[in-house]
Amino acid sequence: MSTVTVQLFASYAESFGGPTLNVPLKSGSTVADLLDSMRALPGASILPDSPRVAVNRKFATNDQLVDARDEIALIPPVAGG
Amino acid sequence: MIRVALVTRAIDPAALIASIASTGYGAISLFAGTVRDTSDGRGVSAIDYSAYTSMAEAELEQIVAEAADRFGITSLIVEHRIGVLSLGETSVAIVAAHAHRAPAFDCTRYVIEEIKKRVPIWKMEHYIDGTREWVDPTKAIGATAK
Repeated sequence: MSTVTVQLFASYAESFGGPTLNVPLKSGSTVADLLDSMRALPGASILPDSPRVAVNRKFATNDQLVDARDEIALIPPVAGG
Repeated sequence: MIRVALVTRAIDPAALIASIASTGYGAISLFAGTVRDTSDGRGVSAIDYSAYTSMAEAELEQIVAEAADRFGITSLIVEHRIGVLSLGETSVAIVAAHAHRAPAFDCTRYVIEEIKKRVPIWKMEHYIDGTREWVDPTKAIGATAK
């Protein structure tokens, strides 16, 4: 078991109560596993069915592996422009 | 010249055009996004833009590389502002130059549409009644692009 730090922004940061969240993860976990763990946390009701996740500054797929060395962020619906 | 930037100062579209102008170009296309005073019928007083800066810059770099390749553009500048903007201020400017108008038009259109899909920038609208709300285009009434 290791801990990954997840960066949060905008509405997600408000809902979870801060700009980062430490989430315990088993080795070999995927983005989908991470999201499952996060859904149990207070504030997770804001998450849509399929939140966008970025790993190392690129949009990730649900089956992508993640570990503590990765830069992980949850990306709320973007609204630039 | 191809460059992108997230900026915290006012965007000057005229200066961007001047910096890209060349007698070799017959067309310079500018798209400027500005802060509108209403949103879904509510009076807006300001918009606060925030970003996942490092990823936003990387995505912008990717988008301009795609646009340059797709439309044969070699002069393209994109600036997106972050912070609290007043009504009428420019939130984003895209300037593309080309020998001919069609690639310049198409390039600016492509860049703004891609920004709206995948650059991690968010906006909180502040309303004249004192309330505020994060803008979620996926829940927009009628789901029209903003």
